[in-house]
Amino acid sequence: MSNAPVNNGRRRFLTVATSVVGGAGVVGAAVPFIASWNPSAKAKAAGAPVEVNISKIAIGQLIRAEYRGKPIYIVRRSKEILDSLNVVESQLSDPASAEPQQPDYATNQHRSISPEYLVAEGVCTHLGCAPTYRKGDFSEQVEGVDYGFFCPCHGSKFDMAGRVFSGVPAPLNLVVPEHSFPAKGTLLIGIGQGDA
Amino acid sequence: MKKLIIALFILLPSLALAAGGGAPLDHANNDITDKESLRNGAKTFMNYCLGCHQLQYQRYNRTFADLEIDEKEGIDTLMFTGEKVGDHITNTMPKKEAAAWFGAAPPDLTLVTRFKGGGSDWLYTYLRSFYADSARPFGVNNATFKDVGMPHVFQQLQGVQELTAEAKAMLLLPTTQQRPLGSADLVLTQPGDLSPAEYDIVVRDLVNFLEYTGEPSKVERHRLGYWVLGFLMILFVLTYLLKKEYWRDIH
Amino acid sequence: MLANFMAWIDKRLPVTEAWNKHLAQYPAPKNFNFWYFFGSLAMLVLVNQIVTGIWLTMNYEPSGDGAFASVEYIMRDVDYGWLLRYMHSTGASAFFIVVYLHMYRGLMYGSYQKPRELLWIFGMLIFLVLMAEAFMGYLLPWGNMSYWGAQVIISLFGAIPVIGDDLTTWIKGDYVISGATLNRFFALHVIALPLVLVILVFLHILALHEVGSNNPEGTDIKKKKGSVPEAELSKFKFHKAYSEKYDIVDAIPFHPYYSVKDIMGVVGFLLLFCWVMFFAPEGGGYFLEAPNFEPANGLKTPEHIVPVWYFGPFYTILRVIPDKLVGMLGMFAAIGMLFALPWFDRGTVKSFKFRSKWHLLNIAQFTACFIALGILGTLPSSDLANLIGRIATLGYFGFFIALWFYSKNEQTKPVPERVTK
Repeated sequence: MSNAPVNNGRRRFLTVATSVVGGAGVVGAAVPFIASWNPSAKAKAAGAPVEVNISKIAIGQLIRAEYRGKPIYIVRRSKEILDSLNVVESQLSDPASAEPQQPDYATNQHRSISPEYLVAEGVCTHLGCAPTYRKGDFSEQVEGVDYGFFCPCHGSKFDMAGRVFSGVPAPLNLVVPEHSFPAKGTLLIGIGQGDA
Repeated sequence: MKKLIIALFILLPSLALAAGGGAPLDHANNDITDKESLRNGAKTFMNYCLGCHQLQYQRYNRTFADLEIDEKEGIDTLMFTGEKVGDHITNTMPKKEAAAWFGAAPPDLTLVTRFKGGGSDWLYTYLRSFYADSARPFGVNNATFKDVGMPHVFQQLQGVQELTAEAKAMLLLPTTQQRPLGSADLVLTQPGDLSPAEYDIVVRDLVNFLEYTGEPSKVERHRLGYWVLGFLMILFVLTYLLKKEYWRDIH
Repeated sequence: MLANFMAWIDKRLPVTEAWNKHLAQYPAPKNFNFWYFFGSLAMLVLVNQIVTGIWLTMNYEPSGDGAFASVEYIMRDVDYGWLLRYMHSTGASAFFIVVYLHMYRGLMYGSYQKPRELLWIFGMLIFLVLMAEAFMGYLLPWGNMSYWGAQVIISLFGAIPVIGDDLTTWIKGDYVISGATLNRFFALHVIALPLVLVILVFLHILALHEVGSNNPEGTDIKKKKGSVPEAELSKFKFHKAYSEKYDIVDAIPFHPYYSVKDIMGVVGFLLLFCWVMFFAPEGGGYFLEAPNFEPANGLKTPEHIVPVWYFGPFYTILRVIPDKLVGMLGMFAAIGMLFALPWFDRGTVKSFKFRSKWHLLNIAQFTACFIALGILGTLPSSDLANLIGRIATLGYFGFFIALWFYSKNEQTKPVPERVTK
């Protein structure tokens, strides 16, 4: 090409060095664009942990709370209801909560921190319908059990710990969200036991 | 030709100056990296201003995080309206009635240092320029903002200022011979709870806080800016050497 | 492997061919100077505006009630939203800076002259669309200056006889500037005009590569085929689309020589750009104006309604002409003159370096007048400002008229046959 001797080594080194540093710059410039897709402060404020007053729930009663756009069922379980958890165990598909549908501290038979309170997302694990709480007449669905959740869409059935019965469309137990009891009579949904 | 261009360039800024007007502003000398000052300013705002003025674009929890205020402590000491910590800093003053009380609804102050020409210096001067004027509904006027509808909320702290005799005489002249009032036209006639120096610090901290709310990411912007410029300088040296290396073919 | 893949592609789409024709074997004059950076910089800023613009629409809300708050939402609640917004707002001003300098380059070196008239026209169309794009974008933050700036410019159309009032109402879609206006401006700003811009830029580059780049000497680097001795031909290999038609001298392939040079220019530009963006994004109140941090308020006019700085020269021409209709016509004529520049200049020597003293003087007075008009556009009106503005307006139009007269029989110096440097 030209008469001047070409120093190929230097040329290659500078090309590679510029490309690497320039490439790092492009990656750096991409960061704000990618980060801007994270939930904004507004979304975080809307999805902040929810405090629920549970001191006035009657035994056997269900109340609903909303957390991150999902209904949360809170049930104060009676002794009778807790006893039913033993009875149905042979009919469940995941009685020991082997699937990670709950925090570690709720991986037990009653799937909660305290046996008294069930806290679960009211979202059927089949196609997302809201299961209904059958109080006293669940025996229409499962013989010999008075309490449970029945999904009206496709007939999935869950026991009073949100565990799914076998032979129904729903594949998994109901999701138990992170929750804790910061004070007596107060339930905090969104922050796990011992996290805050 | 060049002389003509130079003459034009000299002439044009003088036009701009002629248009400016207004008394010189005092310098706020505030520092948005001074968290202690920002925290004091936030406290003053929540106690004295929030009753009428909102910060409707600024959230409590963002403020606590940026000002390094513990969230629990912030909720207890700075939140008076029963809102959630993720909410915007607002009040419940009804806009319509407020307009009737003050002549105009108290403006939102989130961006006050950005939309007021003069910014922080203007606000600093304004808040120190109230003077007694019995002709006004609240008994005060302002040397920086003539006939403002706002009462002097800090009167207890600052005390009462009055116009100097010279300034009073000046205001009696025909309007074409008047000049804009400045802080030099005011004298403190009735001391308040704070000394003038202490009062200036309270105002400076408040102005500092409002400059922060005008752009909460400003400190981060500066910090990131140094890194980006440093990086670009390195890259510029590399691209310069690369260009020189290739262009040896041609020269 | 890669070679096979490229062969497969090339059989179906001429990628290598296009790369060679437009970059690796495109003959560019070897004497481009500083002024030749601004074309590639304009391209860079266009990409910046499109990408950051797309990202801003993800969180912006085009409604009278929500627009202002959504901009503050972007500035505060969205991660790095402030950076994306400042990239876009600083980019808008940077766009006009590089485009004005790019146009000025063409003016100095006669790059609009035959055979580059169409190239110049495409460039001017880009400038025109860019002004419309910037004007509509400026309404979107829904600040008080957005509102009143749009008010003033739209009401200009009211000066048109007979249909004026109906036309302004039609543009606004309401009796005042409202959410309806905002929505249509938003649609045009984010979809219609950018699409037109990109197509025009494509045509601008296509036209450029058809006629070839001018250079600071105005010397043609493409000589008649067979007229140049073998030893004096450029040593580089150029695409046959050029080398079969012409003997090419004093040229180098665009890539790698101008690509590495332009990359250096880009980084230099980014240093300035980032310095403004990170440390003075308001640009001293010229890039982001103070009243625009207050929401649009139809009952409260800002103290001085001034358009953004880049409209300054044309706005001043409008303002200093005492009649509203004539003022508007004057403003549009000022842009129209630029379109017709290739026909006002009847000379054949391109670069000012080899033209008469009169031409140099004429360019100098035009430069001074244009800058004066621009500065006046950002200042409030006064008797002195109007007087200077009128003189500068005369100078602006006088440039074209004078050019037409003296360029016919201009005393020029001989243009060197070859690029001297």
